[in-house]
Amino acid sequence: MADIQEIIAKLFPQAVFEEGDILTVEIPDAQWHDLAKTLRDNAELSFDFLKTIVGMDWVEKLGCIYYLTSTKYNTNIAVKVTTEDRVNPAITSIADLWHIAGMYEREVYDFFGIVFLNNPDMRRLFLSIDWKGYPLRKDYDASPETNPVPDDNERQSDFTNVYTRDADGKIECHEERIFAENDFVVNIGPQHPATHGVLRFRTAVDGETIKKIDVYMGYIHRGIEKICENLTYPQTLHFMDRLDYFSAHPYHHCLCMTIEEAAGIQISRRAQVIRVMMDELSRIASHCLFIGTFCMDLGATTMLFYALRVREQILDIMDKTCGARMTFNYECIGGVMQDLAPDFADDVRALLEIIPKNLKEYDKLFTGNVITKNRMEGVGVLGREEAISWGVTGPSGRASGWACDVRKTTPYSIYPELDFEEVIRHEGDSMARFQVRMGEIEQSAKILAQLVDNIPEGEYCVKVPKVLKLPVGHWFRTVEGCRGTFGVYLESDGTVNPYRLKLVTPSLPAAAVVDTLTRGGKIADLITIGGSLDYIVPDIDR
Amino acid sequence: MEVTTKSMPYEAWKDNEYIESLVKELQENGANVVVGSFDKLINWGRSNSIWPLTFATSCCGIEFVSLGAARYDMARFGWEVARSSPRQADFIMVAGTIVHRMAPVLRRLYDQLAEPKYVIACGACAVSGGPFKKSYHVVMGVDKIIPVDVYLPGCPPRPEAMIYAIMQLSRKIKVEKFFGGVNRQEKQEEFLKNHPIEGVED
Repeated sequence: MADIQEIIAKLFPQAVFEEGDILTVEIPDAQWHDLAKTLRDNAELSFDFLKTIVGMDWVEKLGCIYYLTSTKYNTNIAVKVTTEDRVNPAITSIADLWHIAGMYEREVYDFFGIVFLNNPDMRRLFLSIDWKGYPLRKDYDASPETNPVPDDNERQSDFTNVYTRDADGKIECHEERIFAENDFVVNIGPQHPATHGVLRFRTAVDGETIKKIDVYMGYIHRGIEKICENLTYPQTLHFMDRLDYFSAHPYHHCLCMTIEEAAGIQISRRAQVIRVMMDELSRIASHCLFIGTFCMDLGATTMLFYALRVREQILDIMDKTCGARMTFNYECIGGVMQDLAPDFADDVRALLEIIPKNLKEYDKLFTGNVITKNRMEGVGVLGREEAISWGVTGPSGRASGWACDVRKTTPYSIYPELDFEEVIRHEGDSMARFQVRMGEIEQSAKILAQLVDNIPEGEYCVKVPKVLKLPVGHWFRTVEGCRGTFGVYLESDGTVNPYRLKLVTPSLPAAAVVDTLTRGGKIADLITIGGSLDYIVPDIDR
Repeated sequence: MEVTTKSMPYEAWKDNEYIESLVKELQENGANVVVGSFDKLINWGRSNSIWPLTFATSCCGIEFVSLGAARYDMARFGWEVARSSPRQADFIMVAGTIVHRMAPVLRRLYDQLAEPKYVIACGACAVSGGPFKKSYHVVMGVDKIIPVDVYLPGCPPRPEAMIYAIMQLSRKIKVEKFFGGVNRQEKQEEFLKNHPIEGVED
């Protein structure tokens, strides 16, 4: 870590360093773009993966924290850029350096009103253009009168804004067209059976060929991050179930882990094993549903019934222990809510027995099918560099040859002790994304097989004070959700409520990359590509 | 008059009082013998083939998928023909949270459904905003934008509960007067008068 600091300090004497769990650099806005370019391009640093941009309102100033990772050296760095201007806050954009940055910047603009200079597409992301105020600012007026439920269709614009700074330092705004003037734009969604929820694509087409897609989000933006700021820590947990409802367990795991680390709580070995088992069970269930719905998108409806059969069996196991089929709210601070059901181990063993048979069956029914092959092989190819720049993690990233499994790169809980392989393919097409998920079911089953006979005795939940206060500080933790890297950024000001809780979800990059993947392809392939990326819309919108 | 279904005894229903009051209201002016019999025949058909619109915004939608799959198998009741176009569907199962941006879309979907049409508010979010009660962007119950026939609590409701809710809807359909009063349409006109959309003549 010291040498990263040295390199940066030599090039940027203005940089202020702060040692924490990871190195944090604070830099004035004027140098930010240069620093970002150095961080990405310097061979000794090569921070090529932008994990997230956390927008912040510290009342006296607004700002962003950029979390960067080097996939080459597996090092992390955080960069803080702030502005004191609350009326016209502006920060230089880095959308030209990382593809995904443009999308993250739009999110920060939407929530905090920070304008990113030179970002080619500075529109609101989740809220409508007529929305008053910026909801995640601390002085936001949340009364329903400010922004009533609209009874009219949403105002649409064909234009986007680009902000630049002119020679005198004044910020100028000019409009630019989203689509070319004569483009034929077809609207797909939000109510469409194959968009997997309420996502909308404004698609410019030339005949059947896609020219450009404008991904339009926010049809299920529920403002979870803002609600959490007024809740106590145990109360924030249940929202993790409702983001990506298939990854309920891993997401819970992540937030619990972050809070436990901040509060210095050690959890028992039994609780850790239970958590990991639940994570892996939900991974299998999630991938099963992926296979089902994805095949249904391609017209193979029968596969849905085959895949859901396994999923129902897993849901039964969870139902017995957690008391629900979905939205379990099972992991809690200090461990898990209840002990395992008496026949948990037997049920898991029974499940492990049928999984190999089922996978064989899926392969026989679907994978080798000639229509499947034609629809999926070589369609929507995402290269490794692109995947990293777009921040597409999880099975979709691993299908492009990027070893991005958090369980391997930054192991947490008891994963270091477990024997499993990271499934990686290099084709980067829809077929690879499908097969990585098939492979991961096998690996998850392997993990479960190692644990099912070795669930240690002990308490399942340690005693935690009823009123939980965290020390002042900030923490950023990631886990491997079913769809990719899920991260929690938690900032505490020493009270019982989080000062800021930022949820970094894998589905947002997956949806953002659709435009790049589909350009030049046929409109029918949009469905295959979208399906194979496996985004969950509430996970995008939060 | 007992409104029954084939598979469930009358006493097992939890809200008979409501349906009885509905029957009473509908039959206040008495029913014509011929028209009443026609009604019965038509409603028998309608109540056994209610087609849902494929509509889901979040978690509840996944339980709706489970409902369609082999284990819960809604095809047993004649509801399996989930249509992707509102023009072909009988009811919307509002499965999931409705937010400000989605509200006009849902309203338009409802307007596009062919009469007679029904709405089930499925899950806590659709009933009242649920866990997102304090959100700045969530509609606190879909009954603010469209009339609701059946409220189904749960977060998400289990598929069994969904079956119960749709059976409840089918009971409601059974007692409607298709030829006689058509009370339903009057209610909707009234509703639209109270919730106008600018520039649209209802």
